Formats: sequence, structure tokens, C-alpha cells
Amino acid sequence: MSTFDDPFDADRALTRSGCACGQHGSTAEHDQAARALRCEPVAGVSEEKRYEGIVASAVMRAVFPQDVARRAFLKSVGAATALAALSEFFPLKMATEAFADAGPPEKKDLKVGFIPITCATPIIMAAPLGFYAKQGLNVEVVKTAGWAVIRDKTINKEYAAAHMLAPMPIAISLGLGANAIPFTVPAIENINGQGITLAMKHKDKRDPKDWKGMKFAIPFDYSMHNYLLRYYLAEHGLDPDTDVQLRSVPPPEMVANLRADNIDGFLAPDNICQRAIYDGVGFLHILSKEIWDGHPCCSFAASREFITTAPNSFAALTRAIVDATGYAAKAENRKQIAEAIAPANYINAPVTVLEQVLTGTYADGLGGVKTDPKRVDFDPFPWQSFAVWMLTQMKRWGQIKGDVDYKAVAEQVYLATDTTRVMAEMGLKPPATSYKSFSVMGKTFDPAKPDDYLASFKIRKSS
Amino acid sequence: MTLSLRLRAAIVSLALLAAFLGAWHLATRSSGPTAAMSPEYAKLMGLTATQGKSAMPGPIDVGAKLWEHLKRPFYDNGPNDKGLGIQLAYSIGRVGLGYLIAVIVAIPLGFMIGMSPLISKALDPFIQVLKPISPLAWMPLALYTIKDSSISAIFVIFICSVWPMLLNTAFGVASVRKEWINVARTLEVGTVRRAFTVILPAAAPTILTGMRISIGIAWLVIVAAEMLVGGTGIGYFVWNEWNNLSITNVIIAILLIGLVGMLLDQVLARFTRMVTFPE
Repeated sequence: MSTFDDPFDADRALTRSGCACGQHGSTAEHDQAARALRCEPVAGVSEEKRYEGIVASAVMRAVFPQDVARRAFLKSVGAATALAALSEFFPLKMATEAFADAGPPEKKDLKVGFIPITCATPIIMAAPLGFYAKQGLNVEVVKTAGWAVIRDKTINKEYAAAHMLAPMPIAISLGLGANAIPFTVPAIENINGQGITLAMKHKDKRDPKDWKGMKFAIPFDYSMHNYLLRYYLAEHGLDPDTDVQLRSVPPPEMVANLRADNIDGFLAPDNICQRAIYDGVGFLHILSKEIWDGHPCCSFAASREFITTAPNSFAALTRAIVDATGYAAKAENRKQIAEAIAPANYINAPVTVLEQVLTGTYADGLGGVKTDPKRVDFDPFPWQSFAVWMLTQMKRWGQIKGDVDYKAVAEQVYLATDTTRVMAEMGLKPPATSYKSFSVMGKTFDPAKPDDYLASFKIRKSS
Repeated sequence: MTLSLRLRAAIVSLALLAAFLGAWHLATRSSGPTAAMSPEYAKLMGLTATQGKSAMPGPIDVGAKLWEHLKRPFYDNGPNDKGLGIQLAYSIGRVGLGYLIAVIVAIPLGFMIGMSPLISKALDPFIQVLKPISPLAWMPLALYTIKDSSISAIFVIFICSVWPMLLNTAFGVASVRKEWINVARTLEVGTVRRAFTVILPAAAPTILTGMRISIGIAWLVIVAAEMLVGGTGIGYFVWNEWNNLSITNVIIAILLIGLVGMLLDQVLARFTRMVTFPE
């Protein structure tokens, strides 16, 4: 369930891939019912209402970790009663106010770093489309040369917050490839939105079993790209450490290297995949969505120190990002967003390429036009189970040695909404809400049993 | 006769340029529409895929784009998109600052090394080890320890341009003719005065040669440093356009980097000529 879906709508499908509502008589009827509490910029719905929607979603998720139970409950009592009941034991109004109005930001002039790929869409678009300004912030979004640099500049405090790969804040907090500094993820930037692109000459080698000896590029070691590609290869019986070569290559160089025949393919952000297609040097083998539908990719990250020294600025930033993410989640806004983020000041890519990625109607490189509106999607909720999954993969591939307290790390790094914090401050015990089960290539992941999950893989680093 | 030689050289230069541009133009011509594709599909593809346009831009593309940049060199479209004039100004500013610090450190230190064989021998291993380190190797260390990217860039310029100057100064000072120093001694000239009135003028051409090598290195380093640090400068511009796979803009940047490098070198060459004296 997305943060932007109406939590009081019993008819909402369990998974995101299902249609918004399959059971109403008409769309208009459904919309009417749903609009009041959903987080969308509908005319006539005040800002406050929208935040209330976000908070209510989080609370509903808290009370009913299982969607089945929530549905049953709503079906039996109705949305209005549910809202009333919920408000009784949880002061929704207060929480909403706390979320929406945290006081004036301590620091207004902030720098936020980003890497020029479509994953950074909410961070980037919040500047030209005024989401930062709406929160009273003057944010400069700064294009940064690489993941290691963005890490160092955020640790240096040149950036208040930054666009990072989802596993990076975990890696930084654990001190992998850097000094251990507590980092946090208040919001996930994007879900899905990657793909495996192969060089044109491999047009007929669509079975990964034939990929032995090939060279693949990934953007960074601590990235979903790395874990997803390794997972995909391993599921097809290839050991990513011995059967193929994996290289860390900055995204723009991937296309050039593919053209130069230095690599056979890569798992990279979609606008890079699409760029390779646009230039006629590669084709899309699969979308990362086909490996794990709804997987997180990049995150919005800040150091814990920034939160403690400037909590209001942090809250305002988070609100701007959540707001922008909500806007980006709507299909009808995607064209406008593509145009807003294409100029040299932002992603610096042809508008056609970004439009294909964001709208999901794209050329696949083999002569076909495909449509998948969920090719890249936006849902900011930082599920802690995502973090647990990443930790299992870090362990699986030898990035972490020894024991790891999955839950402790996940909860320290992935801030599961301001609401959870607000609840704790009010003396309420936030229920275990931010863990959800999901399946990766048909294999179910139970966040409660990470070690069993890890042990179930045949291919993994032995040490 | 010299004029005619110059004239002839100019003609040969122009002919070479024309031949180069011609060959470039021919090599990058588009090969016409490629394999048949549906118009709907073609609309989503770039010119390389649909028109068989070469991935390398031709001289005409570069010329047109260069004209576009030259028409408005100082535009400012926000933090990540500024005109070439602004980018070059940032780079020259960084190089100037890093280089100035290098001059302030290298020349006095070089003097000391040149005048004292003991210090010269003692410092030599350090200099030899530090001299060949690339800017790219210094950058992560600088970024990590200095914790400020713009100071890091200046530090890298400094650390890479200091060595040739230091070695040349030391060499120049050490090889001042012994007779001149002995004459000064006989006339009871003090050490400080001797350094300024005898050694400095005698070593100046060598010192300036060192400075000339250093400014070349500093300008080389800035592109690498800015590509890593990002933000502003011509190196950042190259990186940003590389990101967009815009080879046209990368070529323009390379051309400008070359021209500015030549100008910087010429300025120091002129200074060298000013202090050189016939014996």
C-alpha cells in the first residue's frame, strides 16, 4: 500500500500493482470517496487535509500491519467510524499539526546534493516546482560527481541532506567504506526505475545462463543495483563473483563503455538504460521491476546530527520531499516533471529520454514500444524491512562479516515516518508497523527471519 | 626573409588545419536512415539510431555550438548551469590561488634547499616521492581530511604545482656561479643581501622556468580536480556534458582549456624573457 493511497478505503488493493480500485461501480464514485483523505493536490482540499492524509495512512498502517485485517475492519464499520475510532485513541489532529507545523526552520538556506539520474526526481523537481519554497526553505540542489563524493560532502556538512543509494546510509552508519557516522533515511526517493541493459550484439542471448564470462557495470558497491544484479544472476545459477565480472562504473560512462564494447551490459538507473537505447547502443533486457516489484532504489538521506541540530529544517525538508514524491507519484504530472528536470541545471538529458522513463511509454531498443506506467514509481515510506533485506544481501556478498543486529540497524537508519516519532514523544508505543513482507523473483522475504532467508541461498560468498 | 618564413609557416598551419577539419567532417558524416523502424518507435529514438548520425559530432556541429556559447558566455541558470565565461573564471581563480600559495611556499623553500647542501640531501627523498603523485590520488584524501571541497581543489592545485617550482628554484640557486658568490663575500655582502642582489637575479631565469612548468601542471590539474569535486569550473562543465554524453560540448571545453593553458604559459614565457640577461 502506498503512502498516498487512502487508508480508509477498504477496496484498495493489497499490492501496488493492482489497480487503484477494481470494485467500485465507476471511477468517479471511487474518486469521490477517496479524495477527501488522499494526499493529492486536489482543488479545494487544504494543505492541512493533505498532511492529515499522510499521517492517517501511517497510523492505519500502524494499527493494521496486515492489510487483510484493515480491510475486514473497514468493511465492517465503514471509513467514517474507523476515523472516529482511530481519533479516539490516537490524536490524529495533533499528530497532523505536529507533522505539518514543526515551527520555523532553524536554517533556511540549505544545500542538497544529487546525482543526475531520474531516481533523484523528487529532490530535483522540488526546486523548480517550488516544493522547498512552500516549506519556507531556500534550497540549492547541487549536482555531484559521484556516490563517493556525495557521501563525503554530506559527511563534511557541505550538504544538509543528499540523494543516496538506499543501502548507502546503512553502509555509512555501519562504517563500511567510510567512518561510522549515524545516518538516517526519512524518505525513499523512488521505487523501481532501474533496468538491465545489454549491448546490441547480445540480442539473442536473453537467457542469463549464457552470460558466463560477461562484464557488467554497476554504479556503486553499496547499491540496490549491485544487490539486484547479483540476486538475478545467482537465481539463474551464476556466481556473480566468479562467473561474471562486475565493475563499479559511473552511469554516464556506462553508455560510452557499452558503445566501446568494454562491457556487455549494466544494471543502472532507467534514464541511463533509456539513453543507451536512445543512442542505439543497447536494448533493455528487463526492468528491475521484474526482479522485485516495488523495490526501493535511492533514498533521501541526512545525518542524525543534522536532525538533532536543526529538527525543524529537517522536518520541513522531509515534508517538501514527501510532498514532491506524492506529486511525482501521479501519472498525469510526469510529463511536466520530465520537462522540469531535463535542463542542464538539473539532470542534463534529452527530454524525450526522461519522458520515456517517467511516463513509462518507451522504446525497448529492439524495435518495440512498450508501456508500463509503474516502470519508475514514487513512494516515500522507508519500510524498515527494506533495510533488513539490504543487510541480508550485504552479508550474503561478504560486505558485512560476522553477526548483525538487523532490526536495530534498520530502525536506527530508516526513520519510519515522522508519525512514529511523534507517537513516541507522546508516550504512545509505536507498533511494529514498518516491516512488510515482499517477494523477490518469486521468493518471499520474511523480515522477521533474516538469517533463515540468508541461509536459504545456495550461491553466496562462503567467507 | 624571416617574414616569408613566418608567412610560409602560417600557410602550412592553415593547410594542416583545413585538412584536419575536412577529414573530421568526412569521417563523421551521417550514413542516412538506418534499418526501417516504425515512426512511433523512431520518435522515441535519438538521431544516432534513426539517421545513422555519427556518435562523434562533426566540425560544423562543434562550430555552431561554440558560437552559441560565445554569444552568451556569462549566463547563469542556477547552481549547476552557468556560462563558459563564468566556468573559466572560476577555474582560473582556483588555479591562481593554488598557484600563488605554491609560489609563496616553493621559492623560499627552494632557496633554502639550494643554499644548503644538507637540507637539499635531507629533503630530496620526500620531494622525489611526492612529485609524481597524480591529482586524482590526492583528491579523495583532501576531501576527506580538509572537509571542504573548494579548499580541497585549491590544495590539490597547490600540492601538484609546488614541486617543479621547488626543484627548479633549488637547482637555479645551487648552480649560481661560485665566482659571483665569492666576489660578494670578498666585498663583505651579508647573507640576506647576497641572496637578493646576487643569487636571485642569477637564478631568476631558472626559477621562472620552474614557475612556467608549474602553471602548466596547475592548469592540467584543475580539470581533474573539478571533475571530481563538481560545482563550478571548466572541469565541472566537462563532467556535466559528459554526463549528457554531449561530445560536442566536451570538444569545445577541450579547445578552451587548451587556449587558456597556452595563454597562461605565454604570460610566464614573457616574464622569463624579461629576467633573462646575456652573460
